[in-house]
Amino acid sequence: MSKVFLALQAIEESRAIIEAIIKDNPDVEVENQTAMTKVSAEGKLVINAPTVSDLIGREWDPQELQLVLITLAGNVDEDYDHFTIYWDN
Amino acid sequence: MTMNTQKRKKRLNMKDKYKHMTRLGWDTTYQDMDDVFPKDKFEGIVIHDWEGWEDPFRMTMDSYWKYQGEKDKKLYAIIDAFAQNNGQKNITDARYVSALKLFLTGVSPLEYQAHRGFADIARNFRGDGPRVACQMQAIDELRHVQTQVHTLSHYNKYFNGFSEFAHWHDRVWYLSVPKSFFDDARTAGPFEFMIAIGFSFEYVLTNLLFVPFMSGAAFNGDMATVTFGFSAQSDEARHMTLGLQAIKFLLEQDPANVPIVQGWIDKWTWRGYKVLGLVSMMMDYMLPESPQSWKEAWELYFEENTIALFKDLERYGITVPDCAATVSAEKDHLSHQIWMTFYTHAAAAPFHTWLPDEKKMDWLSEKYPDTFDKYYRPVYEHWGKLEKEGKRYYSEMLPQLCQTCQIPMLYTEVEAGKPTQIAHRQTKFNSERFHFCSDHCKDIFENEPEKYVQSWLPVHQIFQGNCGGSTLPEVLKWYKVEFGQDNLDYVGSPDQKMWKEWKGEE
Amino acid sequence: MSLEIKSVEIKPKRETFGHVARRIGEGKLASRYEEATYDLQPTANFHYKPLANPEFELYDVKKTGVVMEDWYKFMDPRQYHYASYVTARAKQQEVAEQNFVFVEKRNMLDFMPEEIKDEILEYVLPLRHYEWGANMNNLQLVSEGYGAALCNAFMFHAEDRLGNAQYITRIGLLLSENEAHVLDTGKDKWLNDSSWQGLRKAMEDTFVLKDWFELHIAQNIVFDAFIHPLYFNLYEQELNKRGGSSQSMMTEFITVWNEECGRWLDMTVKVAIDESDENKELITKWCEKYIDIAYDAVLPLAQKILSNPVECVDEVKGQLIARLNKSGLSL
Repeated sequence: MSKVFLALQAIEESRAIIEAIIKDNPDVEVENQTAMTKVSAEGKLVINAPTVSDLIGREWDPQELQLVLITLAGNVDEDYDHFTIYWDN
Repeated sequence: MTMNTQKRKKRLNMKDKYKHMTRLGWDTTYQDMDDVFPKDKFEGIVIHDWEGWEDPFRMTMDSYWKYQGEKDKKLYAIIDAFAQNNGQKNITDARYVSALKLFLTGVSPLEYQAHRGFADIARNFRGDGPRVACQMQAIDELRHVQTQVHTLSHYNKYFNGFSEFAHWHDRVWYLSVPKSFFDDARTAGPFEFMIAIGFSFEYVLTNLLFVPFMSGAAFNGDMATVTFGFSAQSDEARHMTLGLQAIKFLLEQDPANVPIVQGWIDKWTWRGYKVLGLVSMMMDYMLPESPQSWKEAWELYFEENTIALFKDLERYGITVPDCAATVSAEKDHLSHQIWMTFYTHAAAAPFHTWLPDEKKMDWLSEKYPDTFDKYYRPVYEHWGKLEKEGKRYYSEMLPQLCQTCQIPMLYTEVEAGKPTQIAHRQTKFNSERFHFCSDHCKDIFENEPEKYVQSWLPVHQIFQGNCGGSTLPEVLKWYKVEFGQDNLDYVGSPDQKMWKEWKGEE
Repeated sequence: MSLEIKSVEIKPKRETFGHVARRIGEGKLASRYEEATYDLQPTANFHYKPLANPEFELYDVKKTGVVMEDWYKFMDPRQYHYASYVTARAKQQEVAEQNFVFVEKRNMLDFMPEEIKDEILEYVLPLRHYEWGANMNNLQLVSEGYGAALCNAFMFHAEDRLGNAQYITRIGLLLSENEAHVLDTGKDKWLNDSSWQGLRKAMEDTFVLKDWFELHIAQNIVFDAFIHPLYFNLYEQELNKRGGSSQSMMTEFITVWNEECGRWLDMTVKVAIDESDENKELITKWCEKYIDIAYDAVLPLAQKILSNPVECVDEVKGQLIARLNKSGLSL
């Protein structure tokens, strides 16, 4: 299986998103680079909106990812309550 | 019996809601659909059901305005702060600025073309889903060209080599390389444009363009460009998913599409690679602090990362582009050969070049253990001697350009194991002879000769008397390149003089 | 103790880019709008002719009968470049969002008479297809037009139309409490109800226009000048009296947008006709043609929703003609 990954700007708004990813994706790898944080996983990675919302104390909309996203690798599926990246192979 | 008096409104899931917000078209009856959409059938691509399109990102306009508005607020705050504090003083060295000149003159105009191009296909595809996705990209690309112009506006006030970017892009010899690349995509049909730009450029090759420039900026203290880069990247994530979705959609619609798409992938990976030659020399030679070599970038972003992508596409019968082996073979040579070309032709280019210093040459030895010391260090050392004698070498000849990619034919037969022999291919069409840098460029020509015979080759044009005259000063005047300001070596340039003043040197 | 901070004086060599300075004057500071607009579009030395349309270059002044010495005379009085555009729209969408939330939270639609809901669903909802067609037309203008001054503005205008279509869709879903079949019914009306056919045909005829400036006149200058004032001003005034005032709350975005565009739209006409008698003649011809078409197309719709349809359509036509004559036409 191929790895999916997500790179976010290393700023305050990303902190809770990364925490939520770690919480909900057991085998995720986190890499801190200059000004960005890279998160990768085998085959699939899910960001659950309720998890992020709990961490920041307000309702978080997955579309807010736009503000901190740098790049990603994989197919995208999104809905009101999640943002998922995956490969089919 | 209890009555539930609380009104329960049916809730729409995001996928359905987005469909309601975007599937707004209809089959016309007062005009023939083929007249309303005259461009989407001539390429031989077969679409049975446009609703097979899966929307990658589901942003309605209100969300788009909201989030993009927020992003731009942050970006411009930093651009303003950079200008206010004269942030350009904090870069590692003013040589770095030539990388930015290359960007504004070579890349930013392509963003403008992408904007017009995606608007074109957004109008000309029959399906609603792709039309919405494409127009979002069209307006994103307008964002990119404008934010780039704004970010680099401050540099333009102090450094030469930025001021006439629009004029240069349409005329100067090496800028016809990116210009012809995008003109080629723009004049093709909508499906080819989508594969050329949406997939090959924005997905397969994007990391080889943006990461080098952005990490180069980060490593050399250029906060403004780093910030622009990050800000643009989230748009790029949407573009990448569009490109990926587009190719899967085409391949799934009909098996007849597979060989057509494969042909485009092969062609456009090669044409894109040729343009990226400029990036390779930027990475290896123009950054005082280099985060990564071209070879490393190719190995990571193409040879490693793209494998996952092509594995995903294997099931449709798509294979890795046929030029991959050539690019891989050339990775130890590309940046050196192209830097040598620009070093020697520095009189005619509105950005500076210079000899790599010892530190840089040792870095290059380390990154290119099989080739640098053997083939290229000796040349630089020779030119170094000439420079010390006050005879810094400037070529007074104009190079032959490849008919397809328009790069000077100063590359060598690396893949054939003869790296000191100039690579040259030829073919005849309508009893006229044409010249190419490689088999791949020749193949592209032979596939569509009527198209590529039209190329506006800058060197041919100069010799035909269409560029202001037959002498270099006349041509430079026609180019609006200021002699002794925009061109020549960094050493002795007004940029260098100014930099030394700022640093209190000399 | 005095503190003297030694600093090197950093003097700029130039205020802006060469092509901008040639337009605004040397030594002058350029605005963000000017730097983001002037001369962005290539004008020369194209490498290949378009496969689909080889009689023209990639960017070609000959794609319209309008002749301009300088296509950058069309600079946008709103000075919209991407950043100022999204900033303006972000504010407007926030107001719109608050309005929708207000209407929903206060269950205001419970107090809207059913017959008005039905009327809106039948006679306003299908406009989402009209806005989609306008989006298509403005994308055509971005693709075929000449000069970044106009084409940047067409891009923004295109996205605005998509936004309008989405707001109208949202209203439909709100009125029907997410029963999405009303959208299908609305589409059916657009396709088959006799009162909509004049407008639909007029729109489909614009989809095949070859001259892009003619398309701009037809869609942005004429058709919209009938549809928007009729539906989002005159009709809403009547709705307010009939208990349907929630509608104007929900269409606030469209109303404000429409008022804002006027400055830009009027400029495009004025600049073109100021240029030459030939331009004026051509644009006069187009305006006359499309005003007649629009009038005939819109009247059957007005008859379904307004108590005095002929008066209203005449009023709207009169206002358009007055505006166009103020820009220099003599209609």
